[in-house]
Amino acid sequence: MLGFLKQPVVVAAEINVNLVALTVMGLVNRLWALSYPRAVVFDEVYYGQFVSLYMKRIFFVDDSGPPFGHMLLAFGGYLGGFDGNFLWNRIGAEYSMNVPVWSLRLLPALTGALCVPLAYQILVELHFSHCAAFGAALLILFENSLITQSRLMLLESVLIFFILLAILSYLKFYNLQKCSPFTAGWWFWLLLTGVACSCAVGVKYMGLFTYMLLLAIAGVHSWHLIGDQTLSNVSVLCHLLARGIALVVVPVAMYLSFFYVHLTLLYRSGPHDQIMTSAFQASLEGGLARITQGQPLEVAYGSQITLRNVLGKPVPCWLHSHKNTYPIRYENGRGSSHQQQVTCYPFKDVNNWWIVKDPGMQQLVVSNPPRPVRHGHIVQLVHGITTRYLNTHDVAAPLSPHSQEISCYVDYNISMPAQNLWRVEIVNRESDTDVWKTILSEVRFVHVNTSAVLKLSGASLPEWGYRQLEIIGEKLSKGYHQSMLWNVEEHRYGKSQEQKEREVELHSPTQADISKNLSFMARFTELQWKILTLKNEDTEHKYSSSPLDWITMDTNIAYWFHPISGAQIHLIGNVLTWASANVATLVYVCLFLWYLLRRRRKICDIPEDAWRLWVSAGGLCVGGWAVNYLPFFMMEKTLFLYHYLPALTFQILLIPVVLQHLTDHLCRSQLPKNAFSALMVAWFSSVYLVYRTFSPLTYGEPTLSAAELRALRWKDSWDILIRKH
Amino acid sequence: MTLAAGCRQAESGPRCGGLRQRRPRRPAGEQSRPAPPPRAWAPLEAPVGVWAPLASVTLLSFASRFYRLSEPPHVCWDETHFGKMGSYYINRTFFFDVHPPLGKMLIGLAGYLSGYNGTFPFQKPGDRYEHHNYIGMRGFCAFLGSCLVPFAYLIVLELSKSLSAALLAASILIFDTGCITLSQYILLDPILMFFLMGAVLSMVKYNSCADRPFSAPWWFWLSLTGVNLAGAIGVKFVGLFVVLLVGLNTVYDLWELLGDLSLSLVTLGKHLLARVFCLILLPLALYTAQFAVHFAVLNKSGPGDGFFSSAFQSRLIGNNLHNVSVPEHLAYGSVITMKNLRMAGGYLHSHWHLYPEGVGARQQQVTAYLHKDLNNLWVIKKHDSNTDHLDPSCSVEFVRHGDVIRLEHKETSRNLHSHQHEAPMTRKHFQVTGYGINGTGDANDFWRIEVVGRKAGKRIKVLRSQIRLTHLATGCILGSSGKTLPKWGWEQVEVTCTPYVKETPNALWNVEDHINPKLPNISLDVLKPSFPEILLESHMVMIRGNSGLKPKENEVTSKPWHWPINYQGLRFSGVNETDYRVYLLGNPVVWWLNLVTIGLYLLMATCAIVAIKRGVQLTVEFKELSEVLLHSGGKIMLGWLLHYLPFFMMGRVLYFHHYFPAMLFSSMLTGITWDTLLKFCAGCLSCSVGKRVYTYGTLALMLLIVYRHDGRQRTLQLLPLPFTCKIIPRYISLPCYATGFVIGLAY
Repeated sequence: MLGFLKQPVVVAAEINVNLVALTVMGLVNRLWALSYPRAVVFDEVYYGQFVSLYMKRIFFVDDSGPPFGHMLLAFGGYLGGFDGNFLWNRIGAEYSMNVPVWSLRLLPALTGALCVPLAYQILVELHFSHCAAFGAALLILFENSLITQSRLMLLESVLIFFILLAILSYLKFYNLQKCSPFTAGWWFWLLLTGVACSCAVGVKYMGLFTYMLLLAIAGVHSWHLIGDQTLSNVSVLCHLLARGIALVVVPVAMYLSFFYVHLTLLYRSGPHDQIMTSAFQASLEGGLARITQGQPLEVAYGSQITLRNVLGKPVPCWLHSHKNTYPIRYENGRGSSHQQQVTCYPFKDVNNWWIVKDPGMQQLVVSNPPRPVRHGHIVQLVHGITTRYLNTHDVAAPLSPHSQEISCYVDYNISMPAQNLWRVEIVNRESDTDVWKTILSEVRFVHVNTSAVLKLSGASLPEWGYRQLEIIGEKLSKGYHQSMLWNVEEHRYGKSQEQKEREVELHSPTQADISKNLSFMARFTELQWKILTLKNEDTEHKYSSSPLDWITMDTNIAYWFHPISGAQIHLIGNVLTWASANVATLVYVCLFLWYLLRRRRKICDIPEDAWRLWVSAGGLCVGGWAVNYLPFFMMEKTLFLYHYLPALTFQILLIPVVLQHLTDHLCRSQLPKNAFSALMVAWFSSVYLVYRTFSPLTYGEPTLSAAELRALRWKDSWDILIRKH
Repeated sequence: MTLAAGCRQAESGPRCGGLRQRRPRRPAGEQSRPAPPPRAWAPLEAPVGVWAPLASVTLLSFASRFYRLSEPPHVCWDETHFGKMGSYYINRTFFFDVHPPLGKMLIGLAGYLSGYNGTFPFQKPGDRYEHHNYIGMRGFCAFLGSCLVPFAYLIVLELSKSLSAALLAASILIFDTGCITLSQYILLDPILMFFLMGAVLSMVKYNSCADRPFSAPWWFWLSLTGVNLAGAIGVKFVGLFVVLLVGLNTVYDLWELLGDLSLSLVTLGKHLLARVFCLILLPLALYTAQFAVHFAVLNKSGPGDGFFSSAFQSRLIGNNLHNVSVPEHLAYGSVITMKNLRMAGGYLHSHWHLYPEGVGARQQQVTAYLHKDLNNLWVIKKHDSNTDHLDPSCSVEFVRHGDVIRLEHKETSRNLHSHQHEAPMTRKHFQVTGYGINGTGDANDFWRIEVVGRKAGKRIKVLRSQIRLTHLATGCILGSSGKTLPKWGWEQVEVTCTPYVKETPNALWNVEDHINPKLPNISLDVLKPSFPEILLESHMVMIRGNSGLKPKENEVTSKPWHWPINYQGLRFSGVNETDYRVYLLGNPVVWWLNLVTIGLYLLMATCAIVAIKRGVQLTVEFKELSEVLLHSGGKIMLGWLLHYLPFFMMGRVLYFHHYFPAMLFSSMLTGITWDTLLKFCAGCLSCSVGKRVYTYGTLALMLLIVYRHDGRQRTLQLLPLPFTCKIIPRYISLPCYATGFVIGLAY
């Protein structure tokens, strides 16, 4: 019973002092004086506003990436008790007392510090010596650009951390594969790979590059597994399934969960509501929901509605009309119908209200029971305030002469041959008898006589049209485009037959009762689509740079400048490390090609296992560098030096790999080996010296004099701020 | 015996190209195996079996492409561009286009030879040709378009050694309405596709000759590949994809040779050099030669002048820069015009009109103007004195790099001025105005003049020097943003002072006109650019032109994913109900079959490759089949990917017809894949049943294609895809049936 007590309880702990020392150094190096400067630094101004919105639970859309990174930063704010009350409007603004600067910056700094031991572990798992691994960690430790980036409330260091974690766990998993597949450890590292990948992608879309690289590597390894004929078919299948689940299914699920948390946290309406569809807006608290809550769902004859264009570009707007007519002649001499203007108006207005009328009946109220409008029904649209029919005819539109003009024409009381009939086509219908629903249905209006489609052209009218947006009748329906689709946003059943009463009714807020809840997947799809397609206006930035500038670090970014003391923080790398990393990459590629060609001719310069090591380490480091760097050449957005940092991290890991290979295989005798080691020591000391030299620009203190700053300007293209006295 | 390669006809020596001979390192055990069981499909024996189908396929192809070629007798779609450019070659006037010149030169040549005199204006689609001879140009394009079918036939035959696969691929192309429509008009696409398929065909042929390197046919096909590559890239830059395909194939080829230890390093070097010469140097030389011809032919000033730099324009007869002489170095007091270096940059311009209320300071407008005008003239003055340098008593003082100057507008005597007000369109830049009276302004009128890549103190040259004007007070740089000003600015181009110090052509200028009576004039002929310079410049202009073809906001554009599913076609002719209507749309059966086949191919290839990797024992037949599937099919699949995927990354405006090169590959893949699948099925079943399955399967596929072929593709309705299914074929041509039966009888 108590047999276990017969043996002494022994806890044998194995502590890798290297690892502990590196972690401590990393923490000191990254966390030292973290809350200095107590001012908004560079992109903190951008991420900060999202942290505030999280604190206030207000919905937003950020086109720069998925929400996981923002949520992590917000978590820091939550821990520090941030209430979200700070106006993020200017770089350099002092933080007020309620902003927990330290805890906001803590998470990026911690992840940045942990990159140091991760680098060590990765090289160890790649079967390189502890000495090489230690070297790699030191290089990461003394890389000024990585330090700057991790000491501020920015996302790059978090991204790099997850990337390295994914690589490390895959390597651990792969090394376990040979001896003990399907053990707990094997599963743990495999799953951790997937989780880390999804976190990396969740922080920034750049993480996708590394994810793809890992998938490719895993693909190659699986291919070898398929070729391994000692394994049975069933076990090969199990292996493949396990990888599929851990590296594809788990990341996708995690990614969805980020959005789930994001959408659960942010339930209040906010500044970016307008970008989303009416249905999405209605799912948020406040905003549109306050108006639409309890509207009747089915549009019926006699309904009073506002029609919102589904496209939402250039601005979201509603179908609108007003008393003013089109000018008889436009500036270019073309004539118009001189009928009442129909436009698209980007603000809520009583003139946005329209009444759905049955062409066969004269009344404008909803009968009891209401007769719903279905797909394919013919309706007339009466403008609520002016009571004129929406019409189109063979007159050229004001700005798009190839299309028909849309106007409002004749009062509904005057009986005329019906030429203002519109066919309602519900585009997202499920069956052909679908009812036209508020908010949910996307509808196309086809003019019965001319088969023109009501469309937003996107151009804004000149002064006579009050700069509102032009509405046209597009005759050739070039397939499906969102600018032709409309949805009902506000809706009520009309009750008053008299025009005066109706005007009062139109002015009053809508009321009634039903709720429309979107499913999570629908909300996710919409938000994801908006994030991917939302295009910010192409902005030129003083510190933007092109990818070619990054390799040689021809550019820097001034992050912060103290207006009085002149202390400053720059994103500027350790020049020596960058140069060495470039040389290492070049050496690697040349040697690799040399070996490859020679091996093809059956001449082996290095032993087989050294070659395999060389390929795997290089594939990871050079591959990681390439996938994180080369795609930027094809991107058209504004790019900054910090986009290069993930690629740089991989390139730095390559330096010790190349160095160890050179010592092991190219220095044959003892003498060059010793000389090489001495050279290494000298080189590492100079790396440290460069780090010390630039650390005032990295940490923002101590303040340097103008002469010292000028001395630090090693390249003419660097923009270091020197005050004129 | 498998079918030998085409080079058999050239030599009667050892056979080349047979699939078996090309794999010398086959395990010995395999060869000593007993003969394989009788096959379900008939191997091809006589050359008659190859030539007769080829002839009929070619005949059908020509018949379908030349049928009613002259209709409609008006300009269709892009004929308005390419026909017009053909006319430019005949008239020898200079123009600008985003594509390299070969295609348009050939169109021009065809027109010239067929008696077209270049007088038709080609103004807009729908213009009637009347008495002008346009058949020659259309016929030329249709001829090249017809060649695609025999090319596809030969390529598939060479790759798969199977007559039925070749016939299947050929019939797909013969009866594809899209290919027919695209071949019948004066367009670049038939020319491009001709060279593209020619390159693939010769590549495949020289691969087949690999067992006899350096023989005459080997050299012939290798250099023909190079010639075709030059042709493909000379028509459109899309030709780069086929260059990539051939390049990858060559790298693979060399890699195999490198692994062959029986070859000495010297032989390897010879292989490498031969390929470098035929596939790199030869195409480059031909490509350059095209441009040489292009520049030699077009020697008159024309609509393309404005796109090019001042130096370039001096080559063109009729341009005002041709054969003029001006002083070479800028001096104080010189009257100059300054041209912006960005494409279609315009001259620095000012006029009496002021910026309107609310747009920066209410001072005189400064813009960039594309036409020559007196208001483009500026006088260079010293920043601190207002002396008249043209006074004969003054000595000539040259402007030097780094000098601080003042630019005075000649007509209005206002100084070029900038200040920290935001520019009218580009809000982050500073406004540039004309300021001061009779040359007296303030310190904001001072600019430092610098030449790119020059040391301080050097003089500044007309035309040659690239000048940057830095505003002294704010440090910003004078540039043209390229945005058009609204009505108040007479729709001229905005000029700003940019605080972002970047090396872009937007911020660089050169001096074009230069008037200074005190300086000796030199002839500008010495400044004429050399051929490499104009070659480089025309490429830069073409690349910028291509990337400038951005879709406008809210424009409905064709997306690459629309293409393979035949989602939406292109209207070639006929807006109204009564017009003669031509609509470019693929034969839905063909296109959807192609689409399904790509999935099928991937599935089959995966199965085959996994089976081989897992070491499954295959019979010789299946080994051969998987060899064809993986190697030959793989090449074609790669071609399809290379001609399709890059479009997803292109930012420019895309059209449906961009998919047709990829569609050719996809059709050939269909031929190979279905043939392999049917052979495989036949191999699995017993002999007689298998034979029947194979024969009927092939027949059924062909009839399916023929059935959906609507010979009168010109009358297709303007309907999106879901409705095209309702189009009932008007007639099914008898010859198509006949071919089907002939093929059936062959088995």
